[in-house]
Amino acid sequence: MDLSALGSCLISPSCVITQSTSGLIIGLLLFLVAAGVSLIFGVLKVVNFAHGAFYMLGAYFAYSAYQLSGSYLIAVLAGGIGVAIFGVLFERLLISRVYGSPVLMQILVCYAMILILDDVVKIIWGADFLSFGMPPAFQQLPILFAGGVVPVFYLFLIVITLIIAALLGLLITKTRYGKIVRAAAVNPSMVSALGINTGVVYASVFMLGGLLAGLAGGLAAPVRSLTAGMGTSIIIESFIVTVIGGMGSVAGALVGSILIGLVRSFGSIGFPLFTEGLMFVMMAVVLVLKPSGLFGKEGR
Amino acid sequence: MTTTTNRTIFSAENIDVFYGTSQILFDVSIAVSEGQTMALLGRNGAGKSTTLKALAGLAPPKRGKTTVLGTEMQRRKPHVIARAGLGYVPEDRQVFPEHSVEDNLLIAEKKGPNGEDYWTLARIFEMLPMLEPLKGRMAGRLSGGEQQMLTIGRTLMGNPVGLLLDEPSEGLAPVIVQQIGALLRKLRDMGVTVLLAEQNMHFCLGIASHATVIDKGEIVYRDTIEALRANEDVKARYLAL
Ligand SMILES: Nc1ncnc2c1ncn2[C@@H]1O[C@H](COP(=O)(O)OP(=O)(O)O)[C@@H](O)[C@H]1O
Ligand SMILES: [Mg+2]
Repeated sequence: MDLSALGSCLISPSCVITQSTSGLIIGLLLFLVAAGVSLIFGVLKVVNFAHGAFYMLGAYFAYSAYQLSGSYLIAVLAGGIGVAIFGVLFERLLISRVYGSPVLMQILVCYAMILILDDVVKIIWGADFLSFGMPPAFQQLPILFAGGVVPVFYLFLIVITLIIAALLGLLITKTRYGKIVRAAAVNPSMVSALGINTGVVYASVFMLGGLLAGLAGGLAAPVRSLTAGMGTSIIIESFIVTVIGGMGSVAGALVGSILIGLVRSFGSIGFPLFTEGLMFVMMAVVLVLKPSGLFGKEGR
Repeated sequence: MTTTTNRTIFSAENIDVFYGTSQILFDVSIAVSEGQTMALLGRNGAGKSTTLKALAGLAPPKRGKTTVLGTEMQRRKPHVIARAGLGYVPEDRQVFPEHSVEDNLLIAEKKGPNGEDYWTLARIFEMLPMLEPLKGRMAGRLSGGEQQMLTIGRTLMGNPVGLLLDEPSEGLAPVIVQQIGALLRKLRDMGVTVLLAEQNMHFCLGIASHATVIDKGEIVYRDTIEALRANEDVKARYLAL
């Protein structure tokens, strides 16, 4: 523990700025993954343990698209769209067969998928760490803000993930599609009896979750090293986020993710050996005080 | 303005329905023709809800067939049956509690099987004026009567050619039951084809023209509702009065 280091960071604006932006980036990228986990659980009642592997796949798809096209935009879109398609196939071909099965069965299917994808990644892209490289457009001098140094790419990531979060919020709360998705989460057989194909709704939710995780992988690629298994820590953090924020709540996922991001970045100064532990402590505190999560509905 | 023809809008023909291994319906047949309001009467546990669920695709029959506008439906998913024109209003209301009244209605919006688009938000609010001032309210916070009106309106938003109504008067105050009765008479006068499951025969008098009585999963009587009213024997044996 190094509380004096944390204390001296907190009284230095430049340190606060630097740590906050890196915390925000961790949190917002995490949000894109956690929101999908939360939506999929809310609607399909399936805990998609493979969602971290979706994120990994997004990063690798983006890597290859970047190698081929040289365009970061195309790379990110390839990550998002590629994993969206993969998500639909995964849901239709495998997950849809274990709806209503014991949770253990669903976990097995997801875990098998994680192992398969990790190996597929090693076969296709190799077992070594890959480095995406910073796209030229972002190779600029960092912005100085209140004495803190903020790389341009960080600023871009924060803005773009916030835009995606806002669009997701609008989609879920304002559009007919979002209303149907939320209704299917509560009462799928009634939705079906009203003439809506719930199979299509379920597949679309997996597609949306895949899109978000793939975009996260593509967006993160320039600032993460790519390796098989890179999805493991983000999936664990996603579960912590959904417990803190409340399963099925997009707003809860956003708040939970940002909390985790800030705990990780400031915790790494104050409790360098205990940042993981801090996240679990936060989760435990929420579980004790509000078991349904900060934004969860009681009694569900 | 009631227009009853002999054309069957939807039917069950010799259906057997099981929940797990226990058989609930035995060789049940029922046909509802265009413009008709048919009452399906029977005691609690007789099999009324199961019959409606079988027709709606929610409790698929093991044997026998169901039809909508002449097309076989017994192997079809509920959403296919709904799109074929059969609207289902469940017994325990099942509004989407965290959606607004308006969103409950909009979720269900669709055209009928032949492009029918009579029912719109405006027409639903015209027929159910008590809902209009509540349109922004969460459906879970409505009274039982308001929720019942909403579920009927919600199903109508799909422009069905036939309507399955499961005990719409159940558990509601007498004044609300009267309002529901008035609504069902209005629908009948518009020529809507309805199968109305009820325990309470008196509620159906003045709404339904015909009655089918079910007991222990078997159809035991069918005639006009006036004939049933006069038949003390059938009423005493099969209906809780
Ligand atoms: N989901 C179910 N599982 C097993 N048995 C059921 C189920 N639903 C209803 N039943 C049984 O089926 C019979 C008919 O029920 P139901 O169709 O609901 O009757 P009604 O609507 O006439 O009161 C009853 O004996 C009831 O206990
Ligand atoms: Mg019933």
